[in-house]
Amino acid sequence: MTVGMQQLPRRGYRHALFGAVLAGLMIASTAVGASTTTETPSIFVPASTPAFAIRELALIVFGITGVIFLVVAGLTVYALMRFRRRRGDDGRDPPQVYGSLQIELAWTVVPVLIVVVLFLVTARYIFAIEGRPQPPQALEVTIVGHQWWWEIRYPKLGIVTANELHVPVSDPERPTPTFLTLQSADVIHSFWIPQLAGKMDVIPNKTNRLWIDPRKPGGYVGQCAEYCGLQHAGMLLIVKVHSREDFAKWAAAQQAPAREEAGVRAGRELFASLSCINCHTIRGTPANGVFGPDLTHLMSRWTIGAGVIQNTPETLRAWIDDPAAVKPGALMPAMKLSRDDLDKVTAYLVSLR
Amino acid sequence: MSVLSETASIRDARPPLLVSLNDWVVTVDHKRLGIMYVVSGLVFLVIAGLEASAMRLQLAWSGLHVVPPGTFNQLFTMHGTTMVFLVGIPIVFGFGNYLVPLMIGARDLAFPRLNAFGFWVFLFGGLLLHFSFLGGEGLYGGGSAPAIGWFAYAPLTERAFTPGNATDYWNLALLVVGVGTIATAVNMITTILTMRGPGMTLGRMPVFVWEIVTISWLTVLILPPLTAAQIMLLLDRFVGAHFFDTQAGASALMWQHFFWFFGHPEVYILMLPGFGFASEIIPVFSRKVLFGYPTLVAASAGIGLVGMTTWAHHMFVVGMGSTLNAAFAASTMLVAVPTGVKIFNWLGTMYGGKIRFATPMLFCCAFLFQFLCAGLTGIMLAVAPFNWQLSDSYFVVAHFHFVLIGALLFTIFAAIYYWFPKVTGRMLSERLGRWHFWLFVAGFNLTFLVMHIPGMLGMPRRIYTYPADRGWEIWNLVVSVGVPLQIAGILIFVVNIVRSLRQGPPAGDNPWDAWTLEWATTSPPPPYNFEVVPVVSSRRPLWDLKHPDDPDGLHE
Amino acid sequence: MRPVTVTEPPGLDPAWRGRVGMISLIIAETSLFAVFVVAYLFYIGKSLNGPYPKDVLELPLFNTVCLLASSVTIAFALRALRSGGIRRSGVWFLVTIVLGAVFLAGTAREWYGLIVRHGLTIGTNLFGTTFYSLVGLHASHVIVGLAILTLLCVFAFSGALRQEHLERAEIASWYWHFVDGVWVVVFTVVYVVGR
Repeated sequence: MTVGMQQLPRRGYRHALFGAVLAGLMIASTAVGASTTTETPSIFVPASTPAFAIRELALIVFGITGVIFLVVAGLTVYALMRFRRRRGDDGRDPPQVYGSLQIELAWTVVPVLIVVVLFLVTARYIFAIEGRPQPPQALEVTIVGHQWWWEIRYPKLGIVTANELHVPVSDPERPTPTFLTLQSADVIHSFWIPQLAGKMDVIPNKTNRLWIDPRKPGGYVGQCAEYCGLQHAGMLLIVKVHSREDFAKWAAAQQAPAREEAGVRAGRELFASLSCINCHTIRGTPANGVFGPDLTHLMSRWTIGAGVIQNTPETLRAWIDDPAAVKPGALMPAMKLSRDDLDKVTAYLVSLR
Repeated sequence: MSVLSETASIRDARPPLLVSLNDWVVTVDHKRLGIMYVVSGLVFLVIAGLEASAMRLQLAWSGLHVVPPGTFNQLFTMHGTTMVFLVGIPIVFGFGNYLVPLMIGARDLAFPRLNAFGFWVFLFGGLLLHFSFLGGEGLYGGGSAPAIGWFAYAPLTERAFTPGNATDYWNLALLVVGVGTIATAVNMITTILTMRGPGMTLGRMPVFVWEIVTISWLTVLILPPLTAAQIMLLLDRFVGAHFFDTQAGASALMWQHFFWFFGHPEVYILMLPGFGFASEIIPVFSRKVLFGYPTLVAASAGIGLVGMTTWAHHMFVVGMGSTLNAAFAASTMLVAVPTGVKIFNWLGTMYGGKIRFATPMLFCCAFLFQFLCAGLTGIMLAVAPFNWQLSDSYFVVAHFHFVLIGALLFTIFAAIYYWFPKVTGRMLSERLGRWHFWLFVAGFNLTFLVMHIPGMLGMPRRIYTYPADRGWEIWNLVVSVGVPLQIAGILIFVVNIVRSLRQGPPAGDNPWDAWTLEWATTSPPPPYNFEVVPVVSSRRPLWDLKHPDDPDGLHE
Repeated sequence: MRPVTVTEPPGLDPAWRGRVGMISLIIAETSLFAVFVVAYLFYIGKSLNGPYPKDVLELPLFNTVCLLASSVTIAFALRALRSGGIRRSGVWFLVTIVLGAVFLAGTAREWYGLIVRHGLTIGTNLFGTTFYSLVGLHASHVIVGLAILTLLCVFAFSGALRQEHLERAEIASWYWHFVDGVWVVVFTVVYVVGR
């Protein structure tokens, strides 16, 4: 019984294949170029040594696998085209070849060699990146992952903030890298800023380490990369790299205790009397809760809710009123304040620059 | 009297529907159980496919509100869990069930009642898992369907962080499915080792049978660790144990080690039978004997063994330390060797052949390219520092869908088109088969080839939406556009099956002119498989019959 | 349908099916226990609070001797069955059951003491968690083994057990020997290494 008699025209098939591949490559490269914005956290636009090293390694790996792909795919295409059953075939079975020890040995040994080389290269990069010792002038930052926000502490500077990591630029001549200590307050999260380093999980009851040395001032984005519950998608990260001077200024501003403006006294007292202080810290006031983000310099941050929304008086007001309306599942309860109280508290928090 | 007219007269005297149904429910016949396994698996494939389609709709652009966050998290959990445990496993063991006795010249499996037990327990587990959609608040809002990810990392799964019953549905349903799978694996090992027909030495078994015995050994070794971890989770959640309770000093990573010790060999359990399908189909449609049978079999054993040492390549980013990172990178790269060797064996088979592009062969051809891609992205992921960027991103999602769809599902499709005539006695439509193939190839590659890109642009997985300013939108849109093409392919596939069951042309015993024992009996085979079990003296008994002047035995 | 003569294909002695099946099952069970043993070993010394093993655990020597002796008595039972002494085998099966039951009773007594006198439950600390789960898993397998042995004993005394069932009884005894073997490991890990 004969089946599957359709044959593709040989010449046309070759041309079509070639054209398709070319078109595909052109479209792909144009689109990649067009779609990346300055905010795109591409692993191929590194800004710090670990990310540079990984990109270097990636290109080596692409080279090796690319060659393997071309050879094997090429052989497959060749076999499929050359050994198709032709029209008018006599129906006899071709010569049967059961195996060949030499060929099979060769195509086992060569991959083993490739694997050995690839492993040696890989091991070198593993130890180089993970084994970098911490120099004395490094900035130390502790990151604590929470559901669903990032606590950021600078133990030696006495600064506690949230969701936005500020670091000084690191000059390759006089490096001032930032060494991160990563911990979790609840479940497993993962700290990932693709342009600065590979990711590292933050795991309860375990302390992990990661280092970055951004070479240029600027902004970089990332987010949590380990599923951690309802708002895993809403745990964004911003890294701001400052020049040495700007970083010093930022640090000094953050070290100052909370502002005490006269005009918002009513809101300040109201805040101190509500359950807000059970979860939040505002340095210099009775509020010293640790369950939620430190609010001492809340208005120095661009976003609230770990990047979910811009930080403006209007959005802040909406957040305080009902966080779940802004970020469904947020663990901060709706405060259910009266309009008047809400205005007062908002005005107070807006003053915390 | 010919067999066809025999079965025709039987069909005229068809028993009433209830009797037929009862026959299926109480059956211990490996062929019927095999069919039930595969059909159930395909039904779950459709369900999980719909879950994926909903997710791709939600992610087609940033900030969409197609489904709420909680529902999205349930969707990816149920999608992954269903596909691995309720689609992949039953389909490969279902084919094993149907084909192994026929291929080795036996009349059934070693323990037919245990076989039936295995199937019904799997079906119960699958229904229990899906019942979770109805629990809690009922269907709207997804009820108590689990939202913990298919690998359910602790401590997220502890009661403190996931109250309610959703996690328990996941845990108990899979515990039950696991027991059934172990039972089936024991059955397969026993059958293959002790019930081969006359002349059927281990070295003459079809490659597919070798793959089944390999995955059965793997199952026996690595599924109990998952069961153990699930018992531990059960104890944590119900009687206050502290296996994964970090507040009591426990290790959050312990779950990961136990799970992935199961989880990585599990994907070889899924994939090896796919290799078995390719190893049966490619030779027949190239009209050439499989090139290098002994090395291919050794490669399978090698994959099974080495595959058990690679598990922590899923944990490169947990901070295991450089030595462990390097060790697991090494073992992962090592397992690529026997895997790659198989591709060369298939190429060597096609080389010098006369290739017929019937539908089974079309799917195998696409499999070759797609599996090559999957293997190469796997090598990339084995390079631990590169993994530190790619892990938990859409690059990984693209990689494993290339393995599970591009390689496994494509070989499953090939297997269905190839053995449907044997199982039903009718041919599937080649025309519809081609439509299915081309639509699915186009849709699959559009979705999953492109999906590597957002991963490399920093997009993590398991997020229900993403910011608008990260350059991910256009890629997600293209990825989502591939979905309707795949759906269309599946629809045509279903139509093909339904139509051919009724009006497909009769197949005869051996429509493909194949060479292994299952083609030596009628289509469909009688309940006792063979009237007289043939005596074999080589790997291709039917080739020997057709070529008495040049039997295989001289060359093996 | 015309009558068809179906001949059983020649092959291995069918007794091998039971043997291979039981060996595969034992391997699967070994894998299951191994994970609990790994968890036990990993969590040694990691409990944040007491009671600690050295404070509350005593070597269960009598229990262990009983259980290991039961492996000997089940071998006697099979020897009796092999030589046709069905009733005698029933007696030895019964002795095996009694020894196994004594072991379980001893475990129960030990647990009672731990819970009531020392306040150690599965939720107390990591030691409690790993201890009760590992020893409990083993005990559950002893119970299953006793159920199988009870069947054999009852059939022996009722006359349903015959010499030709020797093969099946032997396979059942392998399960029992496995359970005893696991106890050797559990004993070493919990009462020797972990204390």
